[in-house]
Amino acid sequence: MTDWPVLSAVTFMPLVGVLLLLLTREDSAYGRRNILNVSLLTTLFTFAVSVYIWYQFDSSNPGFQMTEKHDWLGTGISYHLGVDGISVLFVVLSAFLMPFCVLASWFSVEKRLKEYMIAFLILETFMIGVFVSLDIVLFYVFFEAGLIPMFIIIGVWGGKDRVYASYKFFLYTLLGSVLMLLAIMAMYWQAGTTDITELLAYNFPREMQTWLWLAFFASFAVKMPMWPVHTWLPDAHVQAPTAGSVILAGILLKLGGYGFLRFSLPMFPLASDYFAPFVFTLSVIAIVYTSLVALMQTDIKKLIAYSSVAHMGYVTMGIFAANTQGVQGAIFQMLSHGIVSGALFLCVGVVYDRLHTREISAYGGLVNNMPKYAVAFMVFTMANVGLPGTSGFVGEVLTLVGAFRANTWVAFFATSGVILSAAYALWLYRRVVFGALEKESLKALLDLSGREKAILYPLVILTIFFGVYPAPIFDATAASVDLLVNNYSAALQAAQNVALSVQ
Amino acid sequence: MTAETLLASLQLSIPELILAVGAMALLMIGVFAGEKSTSTVTGLAVALLIIAGLWLVLKTGEGEAYGGAFLSDPFAKFMKVLALIGSITAMVMTVGHARSSQIDRFEFPVLLVLATLGMLLMISANDLMSLYLSLELQSLALYVVAAINRDSIRSTEAGLKYFVLGALSSGMLLYGMSLVYGFTGHTGFDEIAAALTSTGTPSLGLIFGLVFILAGLAFKISAVPFHMWTPDVYEGAPTPVTAFFAAAPKVAAMAIFVRIVINAFEPVVVQWQQIVVFISIASMLLGAFAAIGQKNIKRLMAYSSIGHMGYALVGLAAGSMAGVRGVLLYMLIYMVMTLGTFACILAMRRKDGENVESVDDLAGLSQTNPFMATVLTVLMFSLAGIPPMAGFFGKYFVFMAAIEAHLYALAIIGVLASVVGAYYYLRVIKVMWFDDAKGEFARTAGELRLVFGLSGLFVLGYVLIGGPLGEAAEVAARTFF
Repeated sequence: MTDWPVLSAVTFMPLVGVLLLLLTREDSAYGRRNILNVSLLTTLFTFAVSVYIWYQFDSSNPGFQMTEKHDWLGTGISYHLGVDGISVLFVVLSAFLMPFCVLASWFSVEKRLKEYMIAFLILETFMIGVFVSLDIVLFYVFFEAGLIPMFIIIGVWGGKDRVYASYKFFLYTLLGSVLMLLAIMAMYWQAGTTDITELLAYNFPREMQTWLWLAFFASFAVKMPMWPVHTWLPDAHVQAPTAGSVILAGILLKLGGYGFLRFSLPMFPLASDYFAPFVFTLSVIAIVYTSLVALMQTDIKKLIAYSSVAHMGYVTMGIFAANTQGVQGAIFQMLSHGIVSGALFLCVGVVYDRLHTREISAYGGLVNNMPKYAVAFMVFTMANVGLPGTSGFVGEVLTLVGAFRANTWVAFFATSGVILSAAYALWLYRRVVFGALEKESLKALLDLSGREKAILYPLVILTIFFGVYPAPIFDATAASVDLLVNNYSAALQAAQNVALSVQ
Repeated sequence: MTAETLLASLQLSIPELILAVGAMALLMIGVFAGEKSTSTVTGLAVALLIIAGLWLVLKTGEGEAYGGAFLSDPFAKFMKVLALIGSITAMVMTVGHARSSQIDRFEFPVLLVLATLGMLLMISANDLMSLYLSLELQSLALYVVAAINRDSIRSTEAGLKYFVLGALSSGMLLYGMSLVYGFTGHTGFDEIAAALTSTGTPSLGLIFGLVFILAGLAFKISAVPFHMWTPDVYEGAPTPVTAFFAAAPKVAAMAIFVRIVINAFEPVVVQWQQIVVFISIASMLLGAFAAIGQKNIKRLMAYSSIGHMGYALVGLAAGSMAGVRGVLLYMLIYMVMTLGTFACILAMRRKDGENVESVDDLAGLSQTNPFMATVLTVLMFSLAGIPPMAGFFGKYFVFMAAIEAHLYALAIIGVLASVVGAYYYLRVIKVMWFDDAKGEFARTAGELRLVFGLSGLFVLGYVLIGGPLGEAAEVAARTFF
């Protein structure tokens, strides 16, 4: 145990960077350099603290650790932080991806760099805050506040249709979330607290669980995003700058899955059980349908965006299978997807910086003059497909095993998604990388620069490392997941017993 | 009334007396010194309000005065402090704009002081008579102020419109009061409540009276369906005047709205609750949808304020302690946000001195004036109710009360309306950040920068200072329960 508020430190450290950035000026090359250095150092420090948290984390303890609690705003709302096995790795993931975002924006962001970095650092605070909050109102505050910087990032530094995309992103997610807010209030009046640890121990009546579950589902399903409320994601991805896409795919999409794991499943077990077939249906549709849609895309980013929706389908399926394999797999899939999809968007960013187009047809034959890029891109494509030996495989196979235990048909249809994902991902790779290098505009392209190597190579290593040796992740999550799954089945069992005794 | 009770009464109402006597004195100064004394009178008026405020906070006790017509309690104090802060801030903001808005007459600050006096009396009113008199004192001063730029057709039109509709609402209010008096035999709030409790089911006449009173008050807080005057008056009146209208009078009117339904009509809660729920839903929806098409930022703020009154009423509809606390916090946060936004609107002045009012004039503000753009962005997100800004917590507390009272339909419609409302606040932000700059504004006056700076700081810092403010509101709300 530590005696200093390490979670507050990791959450608010980016804000220190923001304060420093406010003192910088952008009008010279040196100023630009300062801004980049300050941002990079801040994110690296934050990452270092998050690694320290992982290091300090006691994986045999299924409960919350490193907790901090202070009164805040009265009326039961408290400033309560803590991590358990489910959340700790998301904190690390958030802090891990940020330095890459800074590096990816090194040259590509030409205007208003200072505001750009400030927006990203604020976003980092909010994202980490979501994962460490142990008060549901605090959670909501962080959860919603993340919309603000992302709205600005897409709107100011985005592509041609950035205004439409930013509005759609903001209003869609807000619409989902406000219903959750009402549910949070209802929970407060029912249980008399907004503290997550106490709410986890509270048994909500069955009737109420249904409504609360639906309200939370409205929010998380949009955030996830699940079919059919996924349409904001392709727009946002395509228009967002590279780093924005990385954060969107890498972390913001995980908020929904995290929410399901933190709230829906443990707090509303009866409703989760009741609605599981519904979620399975949506997940399978998402996996199959969005994979097919991805096949038809002509825009690289849009293709990856649709593949993200499909991958999130595995996550929701695994979570609501509600067994150890499913939940473990869902968490692993989220983490792996965070790395892989982030890396894929970074790969797109590499060629986009050179050619300023995302049309697949504009590329072809890059393997000839960009061999290193081709290798890196291949690893991530394979991980996206779920090839054994990459991190993508572990998560997919575990969620499928989990789903198989819950419902074989769901597993059957979901597995067909694996084949489809191979189809679109390999086809994309062939069109971009293989073939003859015929297009004039491509002939002068240089291979990865030192900065780009520094971005992509660590991700390549991680992708393969966790594919071969996923144990570090499972070690951290196992105890908390076991607790979650056991509590869940105990709650179902108890409800069944009550029902039997009534008869 | 013996000399002793008179003395005690006077003591409880010293802040009001300061304003009343001070306003007369300022009028004298203005009359004898002529037009050139305007800035002196404005300065003195601000000083007067500050003194009254200090006295109110530090020296004023609690109790009934003037035979129960005037009440000094924690609720009144809370709201009076709000109203005074609103008046002072709005008055400070007029300083740099008096000349360009052609409101640099010494009558202007005097009228604002008189209006503020009306507000304070209204907040303390505990009797239908004192309610009506104070409401009229405030309204008459405001009618004149709305039309104070006599050479502007829009300003005159705004004043006239405000007066005609205001007179109508006063008539309704009076009619309702006479019915209530007729059916209960009392004008004091406490006596009315006692009479209603003893009779059991209320008579039809009384309900008619209640409806008319609520209609009259809904007009003052510009709640739907009595909101028609708001956009026109907001747009037509000189901007400093609009800033004044949007803040303090709303607070005062909301205060008396709360007091009369929670105090006098507490026994017939079922009757007024449905009215409040209706006007609340109607205000939220109209505020959300009608603002979408607005190009003039003052009109936009008018619809925004209609919507915000709807949200405040959500808390009142709950009729509970949590609800009143929510209303108090909501009005506090609303007032700060509104004042800050109007400070930004006042700062929208081209280099040639011309004030502009179109949303599109803000284009590219994030590049030409990053500080103001950031503050206005924060305020817009706050008005939209996005955490971690103050506006979110305002909404949180009122909806919390509504959920407690099982008003689920109201709460769901309310939050959905807030998503629609977010659209037009986002538009302002979009114009500032995503669009290219068209032209720069002139250097912002120091007092305006101070006002919007403080307002932005409050909105952002609410997460830090919200605890004590919530406690203050709780103390005030406990007055009724």
